[in-house]
Amino acid sequence: MAAINRDDVAHLARLAHIEMSAEELDRMAGELAVIVDSVKSVSEAAGDDVPATSHPIPLNNVFREDVVGHTFTAEQALSGAPDSFEGRFKVPAILDED
Amino acid sequence: MSTDAILSFEEAMEKYDPVLGFEVHVELNTKTKMFSSAPNVFGDEPNTNVNEVDLGMPGVLPVVNKTAVESSIKIGLALNCKIAESCRFARKNYFYPDTPKNFQTSQYDEPIAYDGYLDIELSDGTVFRVEIERAHMEEDAGKLTHMGGATGRIQGADYSLVDYNRSGVPLVEIVTKPIEGAGSRAPELAKAYVAAVREIVKNLGVSDAKMERGNVRCDANVSLRPHGRERFGIRSETKNVNSLRAVEHAVRYEIQRHAAVLDSGEPVIQETRHWHEDTRTTTSGRAKSDADDYRYFPEPDLVPVLASREWVEELRATLPEPPAARRKRLQADWGYSDLEFRDVVNAGVMDSIEETITAGASASVARKWWMGEIVGRAKTADVDPSELGVTPETIVELNKLVEGGKINNKMASQVLDGVLAGEGTPAEIVGKRGLAVVSDDGPLLEAIDAALAAQPDVAEKIRGGKLQAIGAIVGGVMKATRGQADAGRVKQLILERLGVEG
Repeated sequence: MAAINRDDVAHLARLAHIEMSAEELDRMAGELAVIVDSVKSVSEAAGDDVPATSHPIPLNNVFREDVVGHTFTAEQALSGAPDSFEGRFKVPAILDED
Repeated sequence: MSTDAILSFEEAMEKYDPVLGFEVHVELNTKTKMFSSAPNVFGDEPNTNVNEVDLGMPGVLPVVNKTAVESSIKIGLALNCKIAESCRFARKNYFYPDTPKNFQTSQYDEPIAYDGYLDIELSDGTVFRVEIERAHMEEDAGKLTHMGGATGRIQGADYSLVDYNRSGVPLVEIVTKPIEGAGSRAPELAKAYVAAVREIVKNLGVSDAKMERGNVRCDANVSLRPHGRERFGIRSETKNVNSLRAVEHAVRYEIQRHAAVLDSGEPVIQETRHWHEDTRTTTSGRAKSDADDYRYFPEPDLVPVLASREWVEELRATLPEPPAARRKRLQADWGYSDLEFRDVVNAGVMDSIEETITAGASASVARKWWMGEIVGRAKTADVDPSELGVTPETIVELNKLVEGGKINNKMASQVLDGVLAGEGTPAEIVGKRGLAVVSDDGPLLEAIDAALAAQPDVAEKIRGGKLQAIGAIVGGVMKATRGQADAGRVKQLILERLGVEG
Protein backbone atom coordinates (compact mmCIF):
# COMPACT_ATOMS: atom_id res chain seq x y z
CA MET A 1 0.00 0.00 0.00
CA ALA A 2 1.35 3.44 -1.00
CA ALA A 3 2.23 5.63 1.95
CA ILE A 4 0.06 8.77 1.69
CA ASN A 5 -0.37 10.36 5.06
CA ARG A 6 -2.58 13.17 6.23
CA ASP A 7 0.26 15.73 5.90
CA ASP A 8 0.78 14.78 2.26
CA VAL A 9 -2.88 15.38 1.55
CA ALA A 10 -2.82 18.70 3.39
CA HIS A 11 0.23 19.72 1.36
CA LEU A 12 -1.42 18.80 -1.93
CA ALA A 13 -4.61 20.57 -0.93
CA ARG A 14 -2.66 23.75 -0.24
CA LEU A 15 -0.82 23.55 -3.57
CA ALA A 16 -4.10 23.04 -5.38
CA HIS A 17 -5.82 25.81 -3.38
CA ILE A 18 -8.51 23.40 -2.14
CA GLU A 19 -9.95 23.97 1.28
CA MET A 20 -10.42 20.67 3.12
CA SER A 21 -11.88 19.89 6.54
CA ALA A 22 -10.15 17.67 9.10
CA GLU A 23 -12.49 14.78 8.24
CA GLU A 24 -11.85 15.18 4.54
CA LEU A 25 -8.10 15.10 5.07
CA ASP A 26 -8.38 11.89 7.07
CA ARG A 27 -10.65 10.23 4.54
CA MET A 28 -8.58 11.32 1.49
CA ALA A 29 -5.35 10.02 3.02
CA GLY A 30 -6.80 6.50 2.85
CA GLU A 31 -8.51 6.95 -0.53
CA LEU A 32 -5.51 8.51 -2.26
CA ALA A 33 -3.32 5.60 -1.22
CA VAL A 34 -5.71 3.23 -2.94
CA ILE A 35 -5.82 5.40 -6.07
CA VAL A 36 -2.03 5.57 -6.26
CA ASP A 37 -1.82 1.81 -5.91
CA SER A 38 -4.35 1.34 -8.69
CA VAL A 39 -2.41 3.59 -11.04
CA LYS A 40 0.77 1.77 -10.12
CA SER A 41 -0.66 -1.45 -11.53
CA VAL A 42 -0.22 0.08 -15.01
CA SER A 43 3.55 -0.14 -14.67
CA GLU A 44 3.19 -3.82 -13.80
CA ALA A 45 1.24 -4.43 -17.01
CA ALA A 46 3.84 -2.71 -19.23
CA GLY A 47 6.86 -4.86 -19.96
CA ASP A 48 10.38 -3.68 -20.80
CA ASP A 49 9.44 -3.63 -24.47
CA VAL A 50 6.87 -0.87 -23.94
CA PRO A 51 8.53 2.56 -24.04
CA ALA A 52 7.41 5.24 -21.62
CA THR A 53 4.88 7.50 -23.25
CA SER A 54 3.31 10.81 -22.34
CA HIS A 55 0.95 10.90 -25.27
CA PRO A 56 -1.44 8.28 -26.60
CA ILE A 57 -1.34 9.41 -30.24
CA PRO A 58 1.83 8.65 -32.23
CA LEU A 59 2.20 12.16 -33.61
CA ASN A 60 5.06 14.60 -33.48
CA ASN A 61 6.08 18.00 -34.85
CA VAL A 62 2.60 19.44 -35.09
CA PHE A 63 3.55 23.01 -35.88
CA ARG A 64 1.95 26.27 -36.86
CA GLU A 65 3.57 28.74 -39.28
CA ASP A 66 4.50 32.05 -37.69
CA VAL A 67 1.59 33.99 -39.19
CA VAL A 68 -0.58 36.39 -37.20
CA GLY A 69 -4.16 35.22 -36.73
CA HIS A 70 -7.14 36.56 -34.85
CA THR A 71 -7.14 38.54 -31.63
CA PHE A 72 -9.75 39.81 -29.21
CA THR A 73 -10.44 43.45 -28.51
CA ALA A 74 -9.75 44.47 -24.92
CA GLU A 75 -13.53 44.59 -24.36
CA GLN A 76 -13.91 41.00 -25.60
CA ALA A 77 -10.93 39.84 -23.55
CA LEU A 78 -12.37 41.39 -20.41
CA SER A 79 -15.98 40.38 -21.03
CA GLY A 80 -15.80 37.48 -18.62
CA ALA A 81 -13.61 39.16 -16.01
CA PRO A 82 -15.11 39.56 -12.53
CA ASP A 83 -13.47 43.00 -12.36
CA SER A 84 -11.45 45.22 -14.64
CA PHE A 85 -9.93 48.69 -14.83
CA GLU A 86 -8.66 50.66 -17.82
CA GLY A 87 -8.50 47.71 -20.17
CA ARG A 88 -6.86 45.40 -17.68
CA PHE A 89 -7.97 42.58 -15.42
CA LYS A 90 -8.26 43.70 -11.84
CA VAL A 91 -7.25 41.13 -9.24
CA PRO A 92 -6.83 41.23 -5.48
CA ALA A 93 -3.34 42.05 -4.25
CA ILE A 94 -1.58 38.81 -3.57
CA LEU A 95 0.86 38.96 -0.72
CA ASP A 96 3.48 36.47 0.36
CA GLU A 97 4.29 35.60 -3.22
CA ASP A 98 6.31 37.41 -5.83
CA MET B 1 12.85 47.97 5.45
CA SER B 2 15.87 46.69 7.36
CA THR B 3 19.30 47.01 5.84
CA ASP B 4 21.43 43.92 5.64
CA ALA B 5 24.97 43.92 6.96
CA ILE B 6 27.66 43.54 4.32
CA LEU B 7 31.40 42.98 4.31
CA SER B 8 33.71 44.86 2.01
CA PHE B 9 34.15 43.03 -1.28
CA GLU B 10 37.88 42.61 -0.60
CA GLU B 11 37.28 41.02 2.80
CA ALA B 12 34.57 38.76 1.38
CA MET B 13 37.03 37.59 -1.29
CA GLU B 14 39.75 36.97 1.27
CA LYS B 15 37.50 34.65 3.24
CA TYR B 16 35.21 33.05 0.68
CA ASP B 17 35.06 31.58 -2.80
CA PRO B 18 31.96 32.55 -4.82
CA VAL B 19 29.98 30.12 -6.99
CA LEU B 20 27.60 31.61 -9.54
CA GLY B 21 24.74 30.36 -11.67
CA PHE B 22 22.52 32.19 -14.15
CA GLU B 23 19.11 31.75 -15.65
CA VAL B 24 18.74 34.07 -18.60
CA HIS B 25 15.33 34.41 -20.23
CA VAL B 26 15.36 35.49 -23.86
CA GLU B 27 12.13 36.68 -25.50
CA LEU B 28 12.06 35.63 -29.13
CA ASN B 29 11.02 38.15 -31.79
CA THR B 30 8.69 35.86 -33.69
CA LYS B 31 5.64 37.49 -35.25
CA THR B 32 3.29 35.41 -33.13
CA LYS B 33 3.24 33.76 -29.75
CA MET B 34 4.62 30.39 -28.71
CA PHE B 35 1.31 28.54 -28.74
CA SER B 36 -1.18 30.96 -30.28
CA SER B 37 -1.41 33.05 -33.44
CA ALA B 38 -1.85 36.31 -31.51
CA PRO B 39 0.81 38.90 -32.35
CA ASN B 40 4.01 39.16 -30.34
CA VAL B 41 4.30 42.94 -30.14
CA PHE B 42 5.63 45.13 -27.35
CA GLY B 43 3.89 48.25 -26.13
CA ASP B 44 0.39 47.88 -27.58
CA GLU B 45 -2.83 48.67 -25.74
CA PRO B 46 -3.34 46.21 -22.85
CA ASN B 47 -5.14 42.95 -23.63
CA THR B 48 -5.39 43.54 -27.36
CA ASN B 49 -2.72 41.02 -28.47
CA VAL B 50 -4.56 38.07 -26.99
CA ASN B 51 -6.93 35.38 -28.08
CA GLU B 52 -8.58 32.44 -26.35
CA VAL B 53 -5.35 30.47 -26.03
CA ASP B 54 -3.46 33.28 -24.29
CA LEU B 55 -6.36 33.81 -21.91
CA GLY B 56 -6.42 30.12 -20.99
CA MET B 57 -10.05 29.59 -21.84
CA PRO B 58 -11.49 26.14 -21.32
CA GLY B 59 -11.19 23.69 -24.18
CA VAL B 60 -8.64 25.59 -26.25
CA LEU B 61 -5.63 23.87 -27.77
CA PRO B 62 -2.12 25.27 -28.07
CA VAL B 63 -0.19 24.79 -31.33
CA VAL B 64 3.60 25.17 -31.38
CA ASN B 65 5.13 28.02 -33.40
CA LYS B 66 7.60 26.41 -35.82
CA THR B 67 9.73 29.54 -36.14
CA ALA B 68 10.08 29.69 -32.35
CA VAL B 69 11.36 26.10 -32.34
CA GLU B 70 13.87 26.97 -35.07
CA SER B 71 15.02 30.04 -33.15
CA SER B 72 15.44 27.90 -30.04
CA ILE B 73 17.56 25.39 -31.95
CA LYS B 74 19.68 28.24 -33.33
CA ILE B 75 20.26 29.56 -29.81
CA GLY B 76 21.20 26.06 -28.67
CA LEU B 77 23.68 25.69 -31.51
CA ALA B 78 25.19 29.14 -30.88
CA LEU B 79 25.70 28.09 -27.25
CA ASN B 80 27.55 24.95 -28.42
CA CYS B 81 24.73 22.76 -27.10
CA LYS B 82 23.57 19.35 -28.19
CA ILE B 83 20.10 19.48 -29.71
CA ALA B 84 17.70 16.85 -28.42
CA GLU B 85 16.48 14.42 -31.08
CA SER B 86 13.21 14.35 -29.21
CA CYS B 87 11.85 16.66 -26.55
CA ARG B 88 8.50 17.59 -25.10
CA PHE B 89 6.64 20.28 -23.20
CA ALA B 90 5.52 20.13 -19.58
CA ARG B 91 3.12 22.01 -17.37
CA LYS B 92 4.58 23.97 -14.49
CA ASN B 93 1.70 24.38 -12.08
CA TYR B 94 1.26 27.43 -9.87
CA PHE B 95 -1.44 29.87 -8.89
CA TYR B 96 -0.67 33.47 -9.69
CA PRO B 97 -2.58 35.95 -11.81
CA ASP B 98 0.29 36.41 -14.29
CA THR B 99 -0.92 33.20 -15.93
CA PRO B 100 -4.62 32.74 -16.53
CA LYS B 101 -4.16 28.97 -17.01
CA ASN B 102 -2.72 28.30 -13.55
CA PHE B 103 0.24 26.69 -15.27
CA GLN B 104 3.06 27.80 -17.51
CA THR B 105 3.80 25.65 -20.53
CA SER B 106 7.51 24.95 -20.32
CA GLN B 107 9.99 22.12 -20.72
CA TYR B 108 11.14 20.11 -17.74
CA ASP B 109 12.94 16.81 -18.11
CA GLU B 110 13.47 17.10 -21.86
CA PRO B 111 14.89 20.49 -22.88
CA ILE B 112 15.49 21.11 -26.57
CA ALA B 113 19.17 21.99 -26.03
CA TYR B 114 21.65 20.82 -23.39
CA ASP B 115 25.35 20.44 -22.52
CA GLY B 116 26.82 23.53 -24.10
CA TYR B 117 29.37 26.16 -23.21
CA LEU B 118 30.25 29.76 -23.89
CA ASP B 119 33.76 31.18 -23.77
CA ILE B 120 33.60 34.59 -22.12
CA GLU B 121 36.39 37.07 -22.68
CA LEU B 122 37.00 39.38 -19.72
CA SER B 123 38.27 42.95 -20.10
CA ASP B 124 41.94 41.99 -19.80
CA GLY B 125 41.60 39.24 -22.38
CA THR B 126 41.26 36.34 -19.94
CA VAL B 127 38.94 33.71 -21.39
CA PHE B 128 36.58 32.02 -18.94
CA ARG B 129 34.47 29.04 -20.00
CA VAL B 130 30.89 29.00 -18.72
CA GLU B 131 29.19 25.62 -19.05
CA ILE B 132 25.58 25.64 -20.21
CA GLU B 133 23.33 23.09 -18.54
CA ARG B 134 20.34 23.53 -20.82
CA ALA B 135 18.27 25.89 -22.93
CA HIS B 136 14.55 25.19 -22.98
CA MET B 137 11.44 26.59 -24.61
CA GLU B 138 8.60 28.13 -22.65
CA GLU B 139 6.13 31.00 -22.70
CA ASP B 140 6.25 34.37 -21.00
CA ALA B 141 3.67 35.39 -18.40
CA GLY B 142 1.37 38.39 -18.31
CA LYS B 143 2.40 41.72 -16.83
CA LEU B 144 1.16 42.73 -13.39
CA THR B 145 1.01 46.29 -12.18
CA HIS B 146 0.54 46.65 -8.44
CA MET B 147 -1.72 49.55 -7.57
CA GLY B 148 -2.06 51.50 -4.35
CA GLY B 149 0.36 51.27 -1.47
CA ALA B 150 3.25 53.65 -1.20
CA THR B 151 5.98 52.07 -3.27
CA GLY B 152 4.31 50.46 -6.26
CA ARG B 153 5.76 47.20 -5.04
CA ILE B 154 3.57 44.31 -4.11
CA GLN B 155 3.93 44.90 -0.37
CA GLY B 156 1.08 47.17 0.62
CA ALA B 157 -0.61 47.09 -2.79
CA ASP B 158 -4.39 47.31 -2.77
CA TYR B 159 -4.91 45.42 -6.01
CA SER B 160 -3.12 44.45 -9.18
CA LEU B 161 -3.93 45.05 -12.85
CA VAL B 162 -3.09 42.40 -15.42
CA ASP B 163 -2.20 42.80 -19.08
CA TYR B 164 -1.93 39.47 -20.92
CA ASN B 165 -0.31 40.87 -24.08
CA ARG B 166 3.01 39.35 -22.98
CA SER B 167 1.33 36.10 -22.00
CA GLY B 168 2.49 33.38 -24.39
CA VAL B 169 5.42 35.30 -25.90
CA PRO B 170 8.05 32.67 -26.80
CA LEU B 171 10.89 32.44 -24.31
CA VAL B 172 14.11 30.48 -24.25
CA GLU B 173 15.52 30.01 -20.77
CA ILE B 174 19.27 29.43 -20.70
CA VAL B 175 20.59 27.80 -17.53
CA THR B 176 24.27 27.57 -16.67
CA LYS B 177 25.97 24.89 -14.65
CA PRO B 178 27.46 26.14 -11.37
CA ILE B 179 30.30 28.51 -12.26
CA GLU B 180 33.33 27.94 -10.05
CA GLY B 181 36.73 29.58 -9.95
CA ALA B 182 35.76 33.12 -10.95
CA GLY B 183 37.01 34.48 -7.62
CA SER B 184 37.08 38.26 -7.40
CA ARG B 185 36.19 38.50 -11.07
CA ALA B 186 32.74 37.04 -10.39
CA PRO B 187 30.86 40.34 -10.79
CA GLU B 188 32.73 41.15 -14.01
CA LEU B 189 32.15 37.64 -15.34
CA ALA B 190 28.44 37.90 -14.52
CA LYS B 191 28.11 41.06 -16.59
CA ALA B 192 30.25 39.69 -19.42
CA TYR B 193 28.25 36.45 -19.57
CA VAL B 194 24.88 38.18 -19.85
CA ALA B 195 26.37 40.62 -22.38
CA ALA B 196 27.63 37.66 -24.44
CA VAL B 197 24.24 35.91 -24.41
CA ARG B 198 22.53 39.15 -25.38
CA GLU B 199 24.99 39.72 -28.21
CA ILE B 200 24.55 36.16 -29.48
CA VAL B 201 20.75 36.25 -29.64
CA LYS B 202 20.88 39.67 -31.26
CA ASN B 203 23.43 38.49 -33.80
CA LEU B 204 21.26 35.45 -34.56
CA GLY B 205 18.36 37.80 -35.20
CA VAL B 206 16.07 35.71 -32.99
CA SER B 207 15.47 38.38 -30.33
CA ASP B 208 15.32 42.17 -30.24
CA ALA B 209 17.60 41.71 -27.20
CA LYS B 210 16.60 45.01 -25.58
CA MET B 211 17.17 44.57 -21.88
CA GLU B 212 15.26 47.75 -21.04
CA ARG B 213 12.18 46.12 -22.60
CA GLY B 214 12.72 42.85 -20.79
CA ASN B 215 13.72 40.95 -23.95
CA VAL B 216 16.69 39.57 -21.99
CA ARG B 217 16.22 39.04 -18.26
CA CYS B 218 18.63 37.54 -15.79
CA ASP B 219 18.17 35.69 -12.51
CA ALA B 220 21.53 35.52 -10.72
CA ASN B 221 22.37 32.77 -8.25
CA VAL B 222 25.18 33.39 -5.79
CA SER B 223 26.63 31.23 -3.03
CA LEU B 224 29.84 31.38 -1.02
CA ARG B 225 32.01 28.67 0.47
CA PRO B 226 35.21 28.94 2.49
CA HIS B 227 38.32 28.66 0.32
CA GLY B 228 39.29 25.06 -0.19
CA ARG B 229 35.89 23.56 0.47
CA GLU B 230 34.31 21.61 -2.35
CA ARG B 231 30.70 21.57 -1.19
CA PHE B 232 28.67 24.57 -2.35
CA GLY B 233 27.20 27.00 0.14
CA ILE B 234 23.51 27.85 0.26
CA ARG B 235 22.49 30.12 -2.59
CA SER B 236 20.24 33.07 -3.07
CA GLU B 237 18.53 33.83 -6.35
CA THR B 238 18.27 37.50 -7.29
CA LYS B 239 15.41 37.91 -9.73
CA ASN B 240 14.96 40.15 -12.73
CA VAL B 241 18.26 41.90 -12.81
CA ASN B 242 17.60 43.69 -16.04
CA SER B 243 20.62 45.68 -17.08
CA LEU B 244 24.20 44.64 -17.62
CA ARG B 245 25.40 47.04 -14.96
CA ALA B 246 22.81 45.76 -12.51
CA VAL B 247 23.98 42.16 -13.04
CA GLU B 248 27.48 43.15 -12.01
CA HIS B 249 26.28 45.15 -9.04
CA ALA B 250 23.80 42.52 -7.84
CA VAL B 251 26.39 39.73 -7.85
CA ARG B 252 28.86 41.96 -6.03
CA TYR B 253 26.28 42.97 -3.44
CA GLU B 254 25.10 39.40 -2.81
CA ILE B 255 28.71 38.24 -2.32
CA GLN B 256 29.18 40.97 0.26
CA ARG B 257 25.89 40.17 1.99
CA HIS B 258 26.46 36.41 2.08
CA ALA B 259 29.93 36.97 3.53
CA ALA B 260 28.50 39.05 6.37
CA VAL B 261 25.84 36.40 7.10
CA LEU B 262 28.42 33.60 7.14
CA ASP B 263 30.77 35.69 9.29
CA SER B 264 28.04 36.15 11.88
CA GLY B 265 27.79 32.36 12.17
CA GLU B 266 24.26 32.26 10.75
CA PRO B 267 23.35 30.06 7.79
CA VAL B 268 22.44 31.79 4.53
CA ILE B 269 18.73 31.39 3.84
CA GLN B 270 17.89 29.88 0.48
CA GLU B 271 15.55 32.48 -0.90
CA THR B 272 14.58 34.75 -3.74
CA ARG B 273 16.02 38.27 -3.53
CA HIS B 274 14.70 41.37 -5.28
CA TRP B 275 17.15 43.81 -6.84
CA HIS B 276 16.64 47.53 -6.25
CA GLU B 277 18.43 49.72 -8.72
CA ASP B 278 17.93 52.88 -6.63
CA THR B 279 19.78 51.61 -3.56
CA ARG B 280 21.84 48.95 -5.35
CA THR B 281 20.80 46.40 -2.75
CA THR B 282 18.61 43.32 -2.62
CA THR B 283 15.77 42.56 -0.27
CA SER B 284 14.27 39.27 0.73
CA GLY B 285 11.52 37.93 -1.51
CA ARG B 286 10.13 34.73 -0.20
CA ALA B 287 11.86 31.72 1.19
CA LYS B 288 11.91 28.68 -1.06
CA SER B 289 8.94 26.71 0.11
CA ASP B 290 5.93 24.70 -0.94
CA ALA B 291 5.22 27.37 -3.52
CA ASP B 292 8.12 25.96 -5.54
CA ASP B 293 6.52 22.53 -5.71
CA TYR B 294 5.42 22.96 -9.31
CA ARG B 295 4.20 19.40 -9.91
CA TYR B 296 5.51 19.30 -13.46
CA PHE B 297 3.89 16.77 -15.75
CA PRO B 298 4.03 16.22 -19.52
CA GLU B 299 1.75 18.63 -21.40
CA PRO B 300 -1.05 16.40 -22.72
CA ASP B 301 -2.16 18.95 -25.34
CA LEU B 302 1.16 19.03 -27.20
CA VAL B 303 2.98 16.26 -29.03
CA PRO B 304 6.77 15.76 -28.92
CA VAL B 305 9.14 17.88 -31.00
CA LEU B 306 11.57 15.78 -33.04
CA ALA B 307 14.61 17.61 -34.35
CA SER B 308 15.98 15.48 -37.19
CA ARG B 309 19.72 15.80 -37.76
CA GLU B 310 19.00 17.13 -41.25
CA TRP B 311 16.86 19.92 -39.84
CA VAL B 312 19.48 20.80 -37.23
CA GLU B 313 22.22 20.92 -39.87
CA GLU B 314 20.07 23.08 -42.13
CA LEU B 315 19.66 25.53 -39.29
CA ARG B 316 23.34 25.35 -38.38
CA ALA B 317 24.19 26.34 -41.96
CA THR B 318 22.20 29.57 -41.52
CA LEU B 319 24.05 30.71 -38.38
CA PRO B 320 25.96 33.98 -38.77
CA GLU B 321 29.62 34.23 -37.77
CA PRO B 322 29.72 34.23 -33.93
CA PRO B 323 30.37 37.71 -32.49
CA ALA B 324 33.58 36.69 -30.73
CA ALA B 325 35.03 35.09 -33.88
CA ARG B 326 34.05 38.12 -35.91
CA ARG B 327 35.87 40.42 -33.52
CA LYS B 328 39.02 38.28 -33.75
CA ARG B 329 38.89 38.34 -37.54
CA LEU B 330 38.34 42.08 -37.77
CA GLN B 331 41.14 42.88 -35.33
CA ALA B 332 43.55 40.75 -37.35
CA ASP B 333 42.39 42.28 -40.65
CA TRP B 334 42.72 45.82 -39.37
CA GLY B 335 45.99 45.34 -37.53
CA TYR B 336 44.80 47.10 -34.36
CA SER B 337 46.57 46.43 -31.06
CA ASP B 338 44.54 44.69 -28.34
CA LEU B 339 44.12 47.99 -26.54
CA GLU B 340 43.08 49.89 -29.66
CA PHE B 341 40.58 47.21 -30.58
CA ARG B 342 39.09 47.00 -27.10
CA ASP B 343 38.59 50.78 -27.10
CA VAL B 344 36.87 50.52 -30.47
CA VAL B 345 34.53 47.79 -29.19
CA ASN B 346 33.78 49.61 -25.95
CA ALA B 347 33.02 52.81 -27.85
CA GLY B 348 30.49 50.85 -29.94
CA VAL B 349 32.02 51.86 -33.29
CA MET B 350 33.25 48.48 -34.57
CA ASP B 351 30.44 48.12 -37.12
CA SER B 352 30.84 51.73 -38.24
CA ILE B 353 34.58 51.27 -38.76
CA GLU B 354 33.94 48.11 -40.75
CA GLU B 355 31.50 49.98 -43.03
CA THR B 356 33.94 52.86 -43.41
CA ILE B 357 36.73 50.52 -44.45
CA THR B 358 34.36 48.85 -46.91
CA ALA B 359 33.61 52.32 -48.31
CA GLY B 360 37.30 52.77 -49.09
CA ALA B 361 39.07 54.18 -46.03
CA SER B 362 42.17 52.55 -44.54
CA ALA B 363 41.83 50.86 -41.15
CA SER B 364 43.89 53.55 -39.42
CA VAL B 365 41.97 56.43 -41.02
CA ALA B 366 38.63 54.86 -40.09
CA ARG B 367 39.77 54.43 -36.50
CA LYS B 368 41.17 57.95 -36.28
CA TRP B 369 37.86 59.48 -37.29
CA TRP B 370 35.48 57.28 -35.32
CA MET B 371 37.53 57.23 -32.13
CA GLY B 372 38.40 60.93 -32.35
CA GLU B 373 36.06 63.51 -33.82
CA ILE B 374 32.95 61.32 -33.93
CA VAL B 375 33.07 59.69 -30.49
CA GLY B 376 33.72 63.12 -28.99
CA ARG B 377 30.73 64.66 -30.73
CA ALA B 378 28.51 61.68 -29.83
CA LYS B 379 29.42 62.10 -26.17
CA THR B 380 28.49 65.77 -26.27
CA ALA B 381 25.21 64.98 -28.01
CA ASP B 382 24.61 61.98 -25.70
CA VAL B 383 23.84 59.57 -28.55
CA ASP B 384 25.52 56.45 -29.86
CA PRO B 385 28.33 57.30 -32.31
CA SER B 386 26.54 55.33 -35.03
CA GLU B 387 23.42 57.46 -34.53
CA LEU B 388 25.17 60.77 -35.00
CA GLY B 389 24.49 60.74 -38.73
CA VAL B 390 28.04 60.39 -40.05
CA THR B 391 28.13 58.11 -43.10
CA PRO B 392 31.16 56.07 -44.16
CA GLU B 393 31.16 58.05 -47.43
CA THR B 394 31.53 61.33 -45.55
CA ILE B 395 34.64 60.06 -43.84
CA VAL B 396 36.16 58.74 -47.04
CA GLU B 397 35.56 62.11 -48.72
CA LEU B 398 36.91 64.11 -45.77
CA ASN B 399 40.01 61.99 -45.72
CA LYS B 400 40.56 62.49 -49.44
CA LEU B 401 40.39 66.26 -48.94
CA VAL B 402 42.96 66.05 -46.12
CA GLU B 403 45.32 63.73 -47.95
CA GLY B 404 45.05 65.83 -51.11
CA GLY B 405 46.22 68.83 -49.12
CA LYS B 406 42.96 70.70 -49.76
CA ILE B 407 42.18 71.06 -46.06
CA ASN B 408 44.06 70.36 -42.85
CA ASN B 409 42.79 68.36 -39.87
CA LYS B 410 41.50 71.37 -38.07
CA MET B 411 39.43 72.39 -41.09
CA ALA B 412 38.25 68.81 -41.53
CA SER B 413 36.71 69.04 -38.10
CA GLN B 414 34.85 72.18 -39.16
CA VAL B 415 33.75 70.50 -42.37
CA LEU B 416 32.38 67.62 -40.31
CA ASP B 417 30.40 70.13 -38.25
CA GLY B 418 29.01 71.41 -41.51
CA VAL B 419 28.03 67.95 -42.69
CA LEU B 420 26.22 67.26 -39.41
CA ALA B 421 24.49 70.64 -39.67
CA GLY B 422 23.15 69.55 -43.07
CA GLU B 423 25.14 72.08 -45.09
CA GLY B 424 25.97 69.57 -47.83
CA THR B 425 28.81 67.27 -48.83
CA PRO B 426 32.34 67.89 -47.51
CA ALA B 427 33.48 69.36 -50.85
CA GLU B 428 30.52 71.73 -50.95
CA ILE B 429 31.18 72.86 -47.38
CA VAL B 430 34.84 73.56 -48.11
CA GLY B 431 33.67 75.91 -50.83
CA LYS B 432 30.84 77.51 -48.86
CA ARG B 433 32.84 78.09 -45.70
CA GLY B 434 35.98 79.15 -47.53
CA LEU B 435 38.06 76.59 -45.74
CA ALA B 436 40.67 75.72 -48.38
CA VAL B 437 44.25 75.51 -47.20
CA VAL B 438 46.50 78.41 -48.19
CA SER B 439 48.72 76.63 -50.66
CA ASP B 440 50.12 79.66 -52.45
CA ASP B 441 53.67 79.90 -51.13
CA GLY B 442 53.73 83.72 -51.34
CA PRO B 443 51.60 84.54 -48.32
CA LEU B 444 53.12 81.56 -46.48
CA LEU B 445 56.67 82.82 -46.99
CA GLU B 446 55.63 86.25 -45.78
CA ALA B 447 54.26 84.73 -42.61
CA ILE B 448 57.34 82.55 -42.19
CA ASP B 449 59.70 85.46 -42.51
CA ALA B 450 57.68 87.38 -39.97
CA ALA B 451 57.73 84.45 -37.56
CA LEU B 452 61.47 83.92 -37.95
CA ALA B 453 62.11 87.62 -37.40
CA ALA B 454 59.98 87.59 -34.28
CA GLN B 455 61.89 84.65 -32.76
CA PRO B 456 65.54 85.04 -33.85
CA ASP B 457 66.81 82.76 -31.07
CA VAL B 458 64.59 79.94 -32.27
CA ALA B 459 65.72 80.50 -35.86
CA GLU B 460 69.30 80.25 -34.65
CA LYS B 461 68.60 76.94 -32.87
CA ILE B 462 67.12 75.47 -36.03
CA ARG B 463 70.08 76.60 -38.05
CA GLY B 464 72.26 74.87 -35.44
CA GLY B 465 70.43 71.58 -36.14
CA LYS B 466 67.87 71.59 -33.31
CA LEU B 467 65.01 70.68 -35.60
CA GLN B 468 62.51 70.06 -32.79
CA ALA B 469 62.45 73.82 -32.19
CA ILE B 470 60.66 74.27 -35.50
CA GLY B 471 57.28 73.80 -33.79
CA ALA B 472 57.41 77.34 -32.38
CA ILE B 473 57.83 78.82 -35.84
CA VAL B 474 55.14 76.59 -37.38
CA GLY B 475 52.82 77.67 -34.55
CA GLY B 476 53.47 81.30 -35.34
CA VAL B 477 52.71 80.77 -39.01
CA MET B 478 49.50 78.85 -38.30
CA LYS B 479 48.35 81.65 -36.02
CA ALA B 480 49.09 84.27 -38.65
CA THR B 481 47.18 82.34 -41.29
CA ARG B 482 44.31 81.52 -38.91
CA GLY B 483 45.00 77.84 -39.21
CA GLN B 484 44.49 77.82 -42.95
CA ALA B 485 47.97 76.62 -43.80
CA ASP B 486 49.18 73.12 -44.50
CA ALA B 487 51.52 72.46 -41.58
CA GLY B 488 53.63 70.02 -43.56
CA ARG B 489 54.23 72.53 -46.34
CA VAL B 490 55.03 75.26 -43.77
CA LYS B 491 57.67 73.05 -42.16
CA GLN B 492 59.23 72.33 -45.51
CA LEU B 493 59.38 76.03 -46.43
CA ILE B 494 60.93 77.03 -43.07
CA LEU B 495 63.74 74.53 -43.56
CA GLU B 496 64.33 75.75 -47.11
CA ARG B 497 64.36 79.37 -45.88
CA LEU B 498 66.97 78.56 -43.25
CA GLY B 499 68.95 76.35 -45.58
CA VAL B 500 68.69 73.35 -43.30
CA GLU B 501 68.32 69.76 -44.51
CA GLY B 502 65.03 68.32 -43.15
